[in-house]
Amino acid sequence: MNENIAIIRFPGSNCEFDVEEAINRIGAHARIVWHHEHDLEGFDGVIIPGGFAHGDYLRCGAIARFSPVMEAVASLAELGGPVLGICNGFQVLTEAGLLPGALMRNAGMRFVCETVTVEVASNRSALTAEVAAGTRLRLPVNHGEGNYICDAETLSEIESSGQVVLRYANNPNGSLNDIAGITNRTGNIVGLMPHPERAFDLVVGSADGVPLLRSFVHSVEAFAKCRVVVGQV
Amino acid sequence: MPLTDITQLISDDRRHLPLGLLDEEYRSIIEILGRVPSDVELAMYSVMWSEHCSYKSSRIHLGRLPTKAKHVLVGPGENAGVIDVGDGVAVALRIESHNHPSFIEPYQGAATGVGGILRDIFTMGARPIALMDPLFVGPLEDAHSRYLLDGIVRGIGGYGNSVGVPTVGGQITFDRSYERNPLVNVFCLGVLPVDRLVLGQASGAGNLCVLLGSRTGRDGIGGVSVLASAGFRDDEGGSKRPSVQVGDPYEEKRLIEACLELLDAKLVVGIQDLGGAGLACATSETAARGGVGMDVDVRAVPRREPGMSAIEVMTSESQERMLAIITPSAVDQVLEVCRRWEIEATIVATVTGVDENGIGHLRVLDGPGGAVLADVPAKSLADDAPLYDRPMVAPPDLAERLDGGLANALVSPDYSEDLASMLVDPAWIYRQYDHQLFVNTIFAPGEADATLLRLAGPGIERSQKGLAMSSDANPAWCATDPRRGTRATVAESALNVSATGATPLALVNCLNFGNPEHPQVMWELSESIDGMAEACDALAIPVVGGNVSFYNESAGRDIDPTPTVAVIGLIDIIKHRPPSIGWRDGDFVVLLGERSANAAGSRWARDLHGIRSGQIDEVNLVIHRALCEFVSACVRDEAALEIAPDLVHGLHTIGDGGLGVALAEMCIASGIGCAVDQIVDHRELFSESVSRVLVATLCPTELISAARAKGLRAMEIGTVGGDRLIVSDLVDLKLEDLGARFHDRIDEALGEVASH
Repeated sequence: MNENIAIIRFPGSNCEFDVEEAINRIGAHARIVWHHEHDLEGFDGVIIPGGFAHGDYLRCGAIARFSPVMEAVASLAELGGPVLGICNGFQVLTEAGLLPGALMRNAGMRFVCETVTVEVASNRSALTAEVAAGTRLRLPVNHGEGNYICDAETLSEIESSGQVVLRYANNPNGSLNDIAGITNRTGNIVGLMPHPERAFDLVVGSADGVPLLRSFVHSVEAFAKCRVVVGQV
Repeated sequence: MPLTDITQLISDDRRHLPLGLLDEEYRSIIEILGRVPSDVELAMYSVMWSEHCSYKSSRIHLGRLPTKAKHVLVGPGENAGVIDVGDGVAVALRIESHNHPSFIEPYQGAATGVGGILRDIFTMGARPIALMDPLFVGPLEDAHSRYLLDGIVRGIGGYGNSVGVPTVGGQITFDRSYERNPLVNVFCLGVLPVDRLVLGQASGAGNLCVLLGSRTGRDGIGGVSVLASAGFRDDEGGSKRPSVQVGDPYEEKRLIEACLELLDAKLVVGIQDLGGAGLACATSETAARGGVGMDVDVRAVPRREPGMSAIEVMTSESQERMLAIITPSAVDQVLEVCRRWEIEATIVATVTGVDENGIGHLRVLDGPGGAVLADVPAKSLADDAPLYDRPMVAPPDLAERLDGGLANALVSPDYSEDLASMLVDPAWIYRQYDHQLFVNTIFAPGEADATLLRLAGPGIERSQKGLAMSSDANPAWCATDPRRGTRATVAESALNVSATGATPLALVNCLNFGNPEHPQVMWELSESIDGMAEACDALAIPVVGGNVSFYNESAGRDIDPTPTVAVIGLIDIIKHRPPSIGWRDGDFVVLLGERSANAAGSRWARDLHGIRSGQIDEVNLVIHRALCEFVSACVRDEAALEIAPDLVHGLHTIGDGGLGVALAEMCIASGIGCAVDQIVDHRELFSESVSRVLVATLCPTELISAARAKGLRAMEIGTVGGDRLIVSDLVDLKLEDLGARFHDRIDEALGEVASH
């Protein structure tokens, strides 16, 4: 099988290897791509992993949105290609305007690393398509700035259209409406603060990330097929 | 030069005193050079011969530690110890202290401690995959100690999280001894393919030295001498703040990736981090190890600000810098890798040969072919520091200190309250650290007696192996009897590692002591090293590295002797999560190991009732080794066999806080109570004798007879169930209350509402 998922690596990314292993474990193939790349030819999906893209001394993700690869990510997303931003990747997607809202400092003003319970709020996304709404999952969170916020209009829009895909059962960061992950209108771009790639095996505490990542991989495969049919390359 | 002239010269020339050099040390320098040193030379000797860099007061004692074993690839003396873990994979490990900087500026002090230890690991060719941070601060009731704890934890998290290395363990000790001199120890472990192992050695005249990473600034000048190698007088902290470095984890992250890429591409002959004593240390050590000389062009060193003197450039401790020795033909490729990672790389020195006497010289030049600012034998800086056999004396009141009579005569009106007040959940600390990155963490902090990781990492073949690690210190035990206390500390650490099913492989130590010019402190160090040597010998655990931190004193008061150890161990097959702290409803509670009714030296006697005299039981190391092997084998079977034998459902070693705290933590972890009825009295409840393990099992008879077959004592002491912790007629506590006291201890002290 081709390596058709690109894992974007910024100089300060640090979850890229974990995402690669998790994707490999479910039988799919991913390749790490340097942020200086200008095109994503041959890739049908993108994952932006966690970390501190450019050190994040400025607002998280504020510099990453200007990395050359981000234009290619936006183009792929526009075609309907699945794009997943995990943690810092979620922050990058909001900074790049690919997802609405922003992520602020945690309400407790402290970094939080622990495994929390989240509930699937909607399966209208590439990440949650195969997981029934209401399913509870144990997933690690690991962030200092995961406090999701958006204006009232956006909130009512994403809430009413099923764009909130994951909610915390026990909010660790003060985010609006306990939002842990959201998607765009068309469901192909997803951002979440929890780390599904850190929950790939019971030996490391949880395997609840697997159905989410598998769902994403299947979305990528579906997009790839549809691309071939339509004749886009 | 005639002797009388030297004496006269030393008394006239006072340049050495503000640098922290003694008259006799200055005399040695003049004798080595055969002339008066230049200012640059004197500055370099002062940092390289500092206590921190030269171990001049401790070296004669450290030689007594056992360091050899078949699997030791690199022992003490290099940047890190390296252990062979089979299948072409090795691990590098080291522990350091960053005590003085953390008192002056807790965030940056702790952060740069993390940065420094990481460089020690990746300079060996290993990718850092785990950090542990043993911390020692004053009591939570003290406002300044809370401020320090907050800053230290934020600093460790701020650097470690961002640089991308998980902090997977550590420990916290609260004690008055550290109120004015907190200790921040930091351990790091890395993994490497054995063939990427590289040493901090220069070789090949004509080879080039490339300075990688940050520009050199005026931060941290004299950090090792005026800061780390002297105590604090009253309120002196503030004026020493400029000697603390400032960290940049993003720079370090790129430096790690660039260096590992350079090593993978075999572009590097030798590599060394710049830490204490900066460029003076990195150049002289690499030259000395390789038996070569080096010409440093001090003008070539990129600087953060204009007007820096050669002395400042050579001794600056600016963070995030490495010195790589490369062949001239590799320059272009090296610069290309660095460009990609946005790392500044500048050729600052050339490797030179030896003179007619076989001596390699470290020369500092003011520009190529410019004035020679320094010309000294490289080895004299790195290896010829004075060796002190400092006077030692046992404390005059030793007999009283050792007498456990008072502690064992103590009674308390409320043992339930005593026990509840001893519970502290360190989650407030480790929740602020990424402890999951690389998805290796099988047992996170708090889940088991030791941290357990998958032995894996980027670039390492996947396997079923696991690495256990535990950092331990118990200064209360060592304060009364440093030898016995250190023996017990090593024994405890080995047992913690064994309790995850692993076999202990190696130990590194961080010896935090007071002022070595105090004979009692030297006695403490010597005793402690003897205790460590005895335990390591008996348990067959080699010491592969260490660090000595002296001058932990303020206002004339030395800290309690605080030898910290970190033991690592290996487990071959992990198919299921091994049993850990916790139990299941209906289990039986078995106490494995020696019974003890000695409350002396316990936290209960010391912290709750103010009795510091008396010592814990001496560890019988032969029995202890058998206990480690038995526990490890039982747990290993649970993890490795297709169908787990179910002999062990949960377990917890007994140490700090005794049997009482161990029982409480088992209850809290599983949310199930227990009733224990075979405890003699409160002394047995709080005794901290270390050779004991609580085991929860469904098959007590089999477990007990298997233990006895190995010559170990074992007995059933109670059963699991209900929502109370009940111990004979001593303790009766509701689980709910226990949990609240445990979880909220630190959060409440810091005025933060718990978020769980």
